[in-house]
Amino acid sequence: MRTLRALPTLWRIGVAETIAYRAEFIVWMLTTTIPLIMLALWTSVASEGPFQSYSSSDFVAYFLAVLIVRQLTSNWIAWQMFEDIRLGVLSMRLLRPIHPFWAYGISQAAALPFRSAIAVPVSLILLASSGAHAITTNALQIAMMIPSLALAWVISFGINFAIGSIGFWVTQAFAIGGVYFTLYTLLSGYLMPLAIMASKYPTLTKLTWATPFPSMLAIPVRLLTRNLATPEIARMLAIQAAWAAGSILIALAVWRRGLKHFEAVGG
Amino acid sequence: MMRYLRLVGIQLRVSAAQAMQYRANFLIEGAMSIVYIAMTLLPLGVLFGSRTHVAGWDLPSALIVMAYFIGVHAVIEGIVSPSLVDLVERIRNGAFDYVLLKPVDAQFMVSASRYEPWKIIDLMGAIGLAVYAFSLRGAPPAPADLAAGLLLFGAGVLATYSLWLVCAATAFWVVRLDNLVYLLGSIFDVARWPIQVFRGLWRIVFTFVIPVAVMTTFPAMALLGRGSARLTLATIGGALVMLAVARGVWRFAIRNYTSASS
Repeated sequence: MRTLRALPTLWRIGVAETIAYRAEFIVWMLTTTIPLIMLALWTSVASEGPFQSYSSSDFVAYFLAVLIVRQLTSNWIAWQMFEDIRLGVLSMRLLRPIHPFWAYGISQAAALPFRSAIAVPVSLILLASSGAHAITTNALQIAMMIPSLALAWVISFGINFAIGSIGFWVTQAFAIGGVYFTLYTLLSGYLMPLAIMASKYPTLTKLTWATPFPSMLAIPVRLLTRNLATPEIARMLAIQAAWAAGSILIALAVWRRGLKHFEAVGG
Repeated sequence: MMRYLRLVGIQLRVSAAQAMQYRANFLIEGAMSIVYIAMTLLPLGVLFGSRTHVAGWDLPSALIVMAYFIGVHAVIEGIVSPSLVDLVERIRNGAFDYVLLKPVDAQFMVSASRYEPWKIIDLMGAIGLAVYAFSLRGAPPAPADLAAGLLLFGAGVLATYSLWLVCAATAFWVVRLDNLVYLLGSIFDVARWPIQVFRGLWRIVFTFVIPVAVMTTFPAMALLGRGSARLTLATIGGALVMLAVARGVWRFAIRNYTSASS
């Protein structure tokens, strides 16, 4: 109840932070432009003839969808937590009567309107102009994009929060963040559609579907770009929901164990 | 000059001592390097799994570009990045004053004052990859090409360093820039692909605006014997121009430093 009442204030703080650190915010946004480079790469490969089943405009639609999903679901809370733990700022956060899981979550969510204001119109115009026929026409699927994106956001935030909590044990945890990001880029369909990866590395792709990474990117993108049957849509959302619940549980468990190690460095 | 060399020696010793303090990191970093290289190769495997040639590059030659990418990345991450991350932090909290007070060029201090010796594993990985690529091709590089390739490796490192320095210099105006390293990483990521893969506007951007071609593609072409004297000279010239520009930007930026705390 107390958390609920604090929500609007936390939201306003998050918005103010985004505006105050706008340069950092823009740099973070620019780091999520890899899909555009991948788009250039794969369309030029496909211009010599379709690559497997993907034509040039399939790639355009795929990577623009990736860009939208990535902009709306990525967060970098792990990096902020490393900093807060290392510099002792966390002590202050712990004194507040709200679980940091909520506080961090809302501060990240507050940046979403800004990010969508920049990324979504541009991508939608590009999508409509050059990849329109490769987007789904199923109204149910388009409607299901909203819960799918929300679940992807929760998974991404939960995992980031868990990784950030590792900072309690290791002071230089940035390397772990790097490993996470490398895994994410390869296993989520960020660099190429997972269907393409499956043709060369079938076992690896099967393993990929057992990780949370496709739920963070590949599933929402699939909902937007492929026409799927209703049971398949339900199955995709169920996978995402399971991972969302799992990642919240893991995040809170790692946090609780890590907190016992907190030494309030410098604080 | 002697003083700088002595300084490098001392800092190397300190960094090595620090690295030896965390010996467990050797295993972690080693394992991570292997994972990193394997992951880097994955998209290449997919691409060449369905095509024998992409934009005139076959698998072994593309592996050479990848070896340059990993190699340049290792040198930059091992020598330049740690110091530049410190720079951003120091500008924010005002500790940069002490760097300026030291009787050596401040650019030297912020470019090479802390090292990450374990990155040598990545460098070995890059060399191993290059050897493997040449064994796939079935013929070792000609001695002249090898010399040109090594020389241009230096040019690639210089070009990358220049880009890093320019970006880090923006920290003088923008207060909080902890995430700079990730931005640089994602720009540099383009360099793992031969520049010919990109078309039209993209190729112009990656050749002249953000010259990733100078960092990996041109050196790889020289090593493969596909370059020419003109390309070699142009690459070296390009790297030197970038270095001069970076130096200029740095000197301009440093004049804007107002000291955060005092």
